[in-house]
Amino acid sequence: MEWLALSEEEWTAVRLSLKVSTVAVICSLPAGIAIAYLLARTRFWGKSLLNGIVHLPLVLPPVVTGFLLLITFGRQGAIGSLLYDWFGFTFSFRWTGAALACAIMGFPLMVRSIRLSMEAVDTRLEEAAGTLGARPAWVFLTVTLPLAAPGIIAGMILSFAKAMGEFGATITFVSNIPGETQTLSAAIYTLTQVPGGDAGAMRLTVVAIAISFGALLASEWVARFLGRKGEAP
Amino acid sequence: MLTVDVKQALGAFRMDAGFTAEGGVTALFGQSGSGKTSLVRVIAGLARPQSGRVVFDDDVLLDTSLGRFVPPHRRRFGYVFQEARLFPHLSVRRNLTFGRWFAPRGADHRDLDRVVDLLGIAPLLGRPPANLSGGERQRVSIGRALLSSPRLLLMDEPLAALDDDRKAEILPYLARLRDEAGIPIVYVSHSVTEVGQLADRVVMMRDGQVAAIGTPSEILKGRLLSAHERRDAGAVLAAVVRSVDVAHGLAIVDAGSVEIVVPDPGLHAGQAVRLHIPERDVMIATEKPAGISALNILAGTIAGFEDDTDGLIRVELAVGEVRIFARITAFSRDRLGLAVGRSVYAVVKSVALAR
Repeated sequence: MEWLALSEEEWTAVRLSLKVSTVAVICSLPAGIAIAYLLARTRFWGKSLLNGIVHLPLVLPPVVTGFLLLITFGRQGAIGSLLYDWFGFTFSFRWTGAALACAIMGFPLMVRSIRLSMEAVDTRLEEAAGTLGARPAWVFLTVTLPLAAPGIIAGMILSFAKAMGEFGATITFVSNIPGETQTLSAAIYTLTQVPGGDAGAMRLTVVAIAISFGALLASEWVARFLGRKGEAP
Repeated sequence: MLTVDVKQALGAFRMDAGFTAEGGVTALFGQSGSGKTSLVRVIAGLARPQSGRVVFDDDVLLDTSLGRFVPPHRRRFGYVFQEARLFPHLSVRRNLTFGRWFAPRGADHRDLDRVVDLLGIAPLLGRPPANLSGGERQRVSIGRALLSSPRLLLMDEPLAALDDDRKAEILPYLARLRDEAGIPIVYVSHSVTEVGQLADRVVMMRDGQVAAIGTPSEILKGRLLSAHERRDAGAVLAAVVRSVDVAHGLAIVDAGSVEIVVPDPGLHAGQAVRLHIPERDVMIATEKPAGISALNILAGTIAGFEDDTDGLIRVELAVGEVRIFARITAFSRDRLGLAVGRSVYAVVKSVALAR
């Protein structure tokens, strides 16, 4: 197993990827739940437009998404320059930019999964909660969210897996800086471009498979646990 | 006191109904499609009619002319749905206490133990709703509504989804609820039996309109009922248990001027009960029958006839001050020579009983 021992640089890429993916999932979750709720439960003008925009990263070439991020959130970008002037904060060439790119790329998968599970929640139960005195916000927190939990967990795991594998948008937006924006995928790509890098690429590939597989197993386990809570033991 | 007045036109269906309800059980009674459920949903605030007014004890909950609408969670009306609607992700205990979080402080927090005891659901507390029977679910659902400290309890066909055995299981609990909880109840039902056993007042609905309002005995006599409902039509009598024959599992109840023997499902002397004598289960004999299995043979006089459909007539019998009804064929009337004022015997085959 000697060949599996990761070098310091390789460990850095793995840790960075885990950090970027985790932050991407956690920060996009509230927005994911809010937009899934809007799409699942409300009717408003421009709903199909919103739905289209949310799903756009799924169908656009990732490089295009990365470029769009660059021109909006880059240092010179429309929003990016404002963020820098007001808060001194920038996404450009930072791991936070990688997290933003990963969040955007995983967002359609997250919203889709949460939306489907919210649509499956029986609105008659929400009605019943209302007659028991629960305000709409409480109905959402105590009835809708817990019943949609399996879909929320599944959406988080899908988005996490997408973030672990994200390459095109990230490299276009924040480049490939070791220790700052060089994620697992970017590190594998870099290793394949240098002579004698194959062994390192292989090691990182094994790690990538292990993490992805672990995420899948975890989602299965959580879904089964939550499913059992709702039914007969 | 609850005052309701609703006008609504939905396609071909037009609703124009109003009534007032005081304490006790007010039944909204009528066939499916008569608008009972729509009306009770308006009372709860789950539906907003085109035009209407709902007032409970000076508290205006809906007045479309003033643009006033109080949402359901601020009305404090408990609602028991036909399909129980228990929260599948919560245990029975947490389903029961759900409404408590939202009940106003200082409101009478009806004790969990008391409600659990009233409905006989103590053994279910730790279980998830998914593995309860239909009857158990409905009892938990009633308890959940009670524990939200409602000012009024709305029950929308709470027994309709249950089979006859489950209905018989729950009816006594509903009667206890009426007598012990002290909350006014609006009870939606299409069942003559349920209404006869539970209601203090009946609002009869037909095609979105209030067809009649009265006591159960006035409404359930039959004249107002549809052919299907008439199958269960009959007399509703208030009575008191006089004595209990434990050896034979029978009780003798006193319904004013007449004593009636009923099967005893655990009654005790002095208890107030309500009897429902379906007119299809009453036969008429011109001489006192002997060698017959029926326990109740009542001597009375014929007080009147009323034509029914399909060659059937309803005979009104005066037994002392009590009125009971029999449904017989016009042919039998002529064959026996029955006429108003004639002394006859009523043979009662069955008596339904509510505590």
